[in-house]
Amino acid sequence: MQSATVKVDLDMFREETRAWLEENCPPSQRTTPPRGLEDCYAGGRKPYFHSEEQKIWFERMRDKGWTAPTWPKAYGGGGLTPQQAKVLKEEMKNLNCRVPLWSFGLMMLGPAILHYGTEEQKQKYIREIVNGEVWWCQGYSEPGSGSDLASLQTSAEDKGDHFLVNGQKVWTSYADRSDMIFCLVRTDKDAPKHKGISFLLIDMELEGVSVRPIKLISGKSPFCETFFENVKVPKENLVGTLNEGWSIAKNLLTHERTSIGIVTEEQPLHEYAIEKLGLVDGKLNDPYNRMQIAKWSMDRDALSSSIAKTIDEAKSGTQPGAKSSFFKYYSSELNKRRYELAMSVGGTDALEWGEDYMDGKLARDMCRTKANSIEGGTSEIQLNIISKRILGLPSK
Amino acid sequence: MALILNEEQKMLKDSAADFLKERSPIESLRRLRDTKDKQGYDTQVWQEMIEMGWTGLNIAEQYGGLGFGYVGLGQILEEIGRTLACSPLISSVVLGGALVNLIGTEAQKSILLSEIANGNMIVTAALDETNQHNPLVVNTMASKTEHGFVINGQKKFVLDGHIANQIIVSARTDSGIQLFVIPSDSEGLSVNQRILMDHRNASDISFENVSVPSSALLGKQEDAAEMIPKALDVARICLSAEMLGSMQEAFERTIAYLKERQQFGVPIGIFQGLQHRAAHMYCEIELCKGLVMKALQAIDMDSPDLAKLASTAKAKCGEVLQLVTNEAIQMFGGIGMTDDEEIGFFLKRARVAQQTFGDYNYHYDRYARLSGF
Repeated sequence: MQSATVKVDLDMFREETRAWLEENCPPSQRTTPPRGLEDCYAGGRKPYFHSEEQKIWFERMRDKGWTAPTWPKAYGGGGLTPQQAKVLKEEMKNLNCRVPLWSFGLMMLGPAILHYGTEEQKQKYIREIVNGEVWWCQGYSEPGSGSDLASLQTSAEDKGDHFLVNGQKVWTSYADRSDMIFCLVRTDKDAPKHKGISFLLIDMELEGVSVRPIKLISGKSPFCETFFENVKVPKENLVGTLNEGWSIAKNLLTHERTSIGIVTEEQPLHEYAIEKLGLVDGKLNDPYNRMQIAKWSMDRDALSSSIAKTIDEAKSGTQPGAKSSFFKYYSSELNKRRYELAMSVGGTDALEWGEDYMDGKLARDMCRTKANSIEGGTSEIQLNIISKRILGLPSK
Repeated sequence: MALILNEEQKMLKDSAADFLKERSPIESLRRLRDTKDKQGYDTQVWQEMIEMGWTGLNIAEQYGGLGFGYVGLGQILEEIGRTLACSPLISSVVLGGALVNLIGTEAQKSILLSEIANGNMIVTAALDETNQHNPLVVNTMASKTEHGFVINGQKKFVLDGHIANQIIVSARTDSGIQLFVIPSDSEGLSVNQRILMDHRNASDISFENVSVPSSALLGKQEDAAEMIPKALDVARICLSAEMLGSMQEAFERTIAYLKERQQFGVPIGIFQGLQHRAAHMYCEIELCKGLVMKALQAIDMDSPDLAKLASTAKAKCGEVLQLVTNEAIQMFGGIGMTDDEEIGFFLKRARVAQQTFGDYNYHYDRYARLSGF
């Protein structure tokens, strides 16, 4: 239960926040939900703003620490309580404000550094992330280590004053535009595979780092291959304890899976269907797609109730645990089904290989959704996790 | 409202679970079946349910109930779904109660709701006329006479119709579809009891020149066609809660069997071919949990989303209970096909619950209509 004073304080915070946002969020930053990097500022050493207003909006939010509202003020964050952060999010949503900064640093690395980093690392990296000064990418998967991530081979050899890194990473999103990469590297070749892995931060400008973009079946992609050839990485770039990087990685993957859990729709599927198929007597003019879309929409509604229930349970102290695997699995499969249904509704119109939403873009997007159940741990890996950790079924 | 139970609701759920395990386990259902029990439920257990107040949870205090709400009742129904306990709770307390509460006059509510709550009366509804649920197809006629109405027609699938004291029947009048509360011993009313695959009962009831006074008309509304679906939505959500209990129990029994059954020298639960199907079922059941909770809250809050949530809950629970009971039999293998093993009772109950108040196809169609496509 909230006490009366907390409630009054929160109401005041809401009013102040709303007024501040209304005054400070430029009109162009209040339109259409942003779609990742196509519309958002990503920061970095070579900053690129789509417009002057985007720059103003980012700088104003940054100065308040509201690019990372709940992170400690001591490291440049907003220092808001979870309740205040929720209010800020709601008010931003009401005004249609875009996120001022979209980065892997905010979503993935930051929480790990705050949890496992040294004081010096927090002062340096958290501040840089909040201020959008460094563009981070993630180096986990390797050509031979996908689902079996812990078998990774990229090595970091202890050379006294530095680590010598050799190997190759794959699916490193935006590596071609990144300044730094957070990597899983093997620091002990003789230990069991989970025990010899460390979490290392590597500057992409160092000698011996090279990047090659990967083109996907959707025709484009942010993914790259990243190569390391005798790269000298300073010792202080190790996060957490040597050879204990696997627990950091697991923690981070849970973050990633939770953020993948929600299915967002630019346009509700049934509205697209009405547009393409039309209504006869109030019913979609295609009984087969109509039933499939109803069934799909129910699953979407059910998933959102289930996520809401888990959040409410977490607030009252029940830990979600391996449930993030359930959300990851179900939302990936749901999103794939959505795009297959949209293709079916669109018929031959949906086959165009173009750019615009929805005709033209749809075919590309459908291809892209096939990765949903592969990236961040395949659907099969999620089902393995549920079987073992939730259902307690035996393993070999 | 947060999608979690409060302390009182948790306690109610726990005490219901203990009571049902002790007093109404699946052996009781087997005994009712084997003795060809005419009534279809254990009178003594029903009496104890009444004494514990289960029949008055959803009924307001002013009408002799406890006014505890549907989230609370839903917890009991979930536990009932686990032991497959038979009782007129859904037919009389939930559906009968909702129809009287939503449509009845003050006077009718005072009498009927208190009689339902104290268990003196079983009031069931005769709405369907076709083999597929479709409550707005009404060919039963109520013709006006000097002192009341004469009713003629046939109704199907009247839950617990064979033991009801009063039957709420829908009939067409000059002003639309209306409901009439008719004593089951009325002249011209005949009840044909049918025993179903889950060993429960639903009757076909025919009305041949059944004369009723004007006071038999439920409520004052000229047309009840608007309110019948709303009362059914309450019943759909409550039945979904029961189905949620059944799917969890069937699933947990299956998981336990996967850990225990040995083949090739290992527990069969080690095989990924079974693990992934089990994990998928876990996810589907989790979806039903969130949905049923939200839908139960929607009744208590009289939410404008009630109809959509009721259809979603009933369709989804229908799908998942069917999946889980089918997979349960497959995973139990040969032993799952035997009558000695209890898992088969869940499959049979699933099929009856599926058809009751509309199967998933009915509700996909209804959801689409409610969403404007």
